[in-house]
Amino acid sequence: MALAIARVAMPATARKGDVIEIKALMRHVMEPGYRVDNRGQIIPRDIVKSLSVMYAGAEVFRMDMHPAVAANPFVVFSTVAVETGELVFTWVDEKGAATVEKKLLTVTE
Amino acid sequence: MKRLTAAFVATLLVLPVLADSPATSPAIKPGSAFLSPELKTLQADEAANPGMLWVENGARLWSERIGSANRSCADCHGDAAASMKGVATTYPKVDAASGKLLNLEMRINACRTSQQRAEPLDYESEPLLALTVFVARQSLNMPMAVQVDGAAAPFYSKGKEFFHRRQGQLNLSCAQCHDGAAGARLRADVISNGAVTGYPAYRLEWQTLGSLHRRLRACSLGVRATQFDYGSEEYLSLELYLAKRSGGLPIETPGIRK
Repeated sequence: MALAIARVAMPATARKGDVIEIKALMRHVMEPGYRVDNRGQIIPRDIVKSLSVMYAGAEVFRMDMHPAVAANPFVVFSTVAVETGELVFTWVDEKGAATVEKKLLTVTE
Repeated sequence: MKRLTAAFVATLLVLPVLADSPATSPAIKPGSAFLSPELKTLQADEAANPGMLWVENGARLWSERIGSANRSCADCHGDAAASMKGVATTYPKVDAASGKLLNLEMRINACRTSQQRAEPLDYESEPLLALTVFVARQSLNMPMAVQVDGAAAPFYSKGKEFFHRRQGQLNLSCAQCHDGAAGARLRADVISNGAVTGYPAYRLEWQTLGSLHRRLRACSLGVRATQFDYGSEEYLSLELYLAKRSGGLPIETPGIRK
């Protein structure tokens, strides 16, 4: 089954120089690695370690995550609209696997 | 003596009326009415509400062809925004063919086995939750309106009896908390009226989306009573009673709950 794993909400268009708000929601269990199952075995840690957002050739947002972050991490940040282009969101998990989501921002003068 | 007898008869006459009149129960508020402003905001914002991840996933499953019939939900029902609008407000509902009471989860599974000729999904599994919340979401803000007469009447009275019966080691009925103490605090949470309009709901305690029956199991555990199975007749009848109690309240699934 294909799971919806990321949802990004942001304006599709903005005027140059505008500050835009971006909301990124990611489906992940964020298992902290401190819990035990019914048999007393440690449930292995399984977390997303970082979120990085590239836009207009620069990293506009970066966040490192740790075991205390709740499941399905939700992040809100803002950036300045400088040029038409894609915002590329990359979440990287424990094992180095990346989830990538892209959103086009159209910037008008 | 005569006066006493008259008083006794009068009591007998009044009691059944009191016990049976739904008008005597206080106005039922939706689950979101008991949330903090922050959680209300979280629930209302589609971009922030984590339950929307399941809604989106349900939309994908809606058009996925499965089973030996190789049919998707969309092949028969078309656009869910039109065909499923208002459907969730009428469930649980008695299936005319089998005479069984079905909730939305079971209706979806019945469709899977009879129309798509696929294996039924496990109750509380990710895909069943996703499809259920996706279908229910199509009735967003529409008032609950279940039928409790005719074939549904025995289930309704069973659910009502369940709601008012004391049970468990704590010897509590649902009504004692959800009618009598709604709005009061129980540890860190506020006791609600037990409206069902937010389910499937994302509970912070679960860190995931869960069905109404999962919530009912948690309530049963809380009063140290028997936990019935997912989809059991006990919980189905109770769900029907709760849905009737929530009559007129707008659907708000996926609700955020503590």
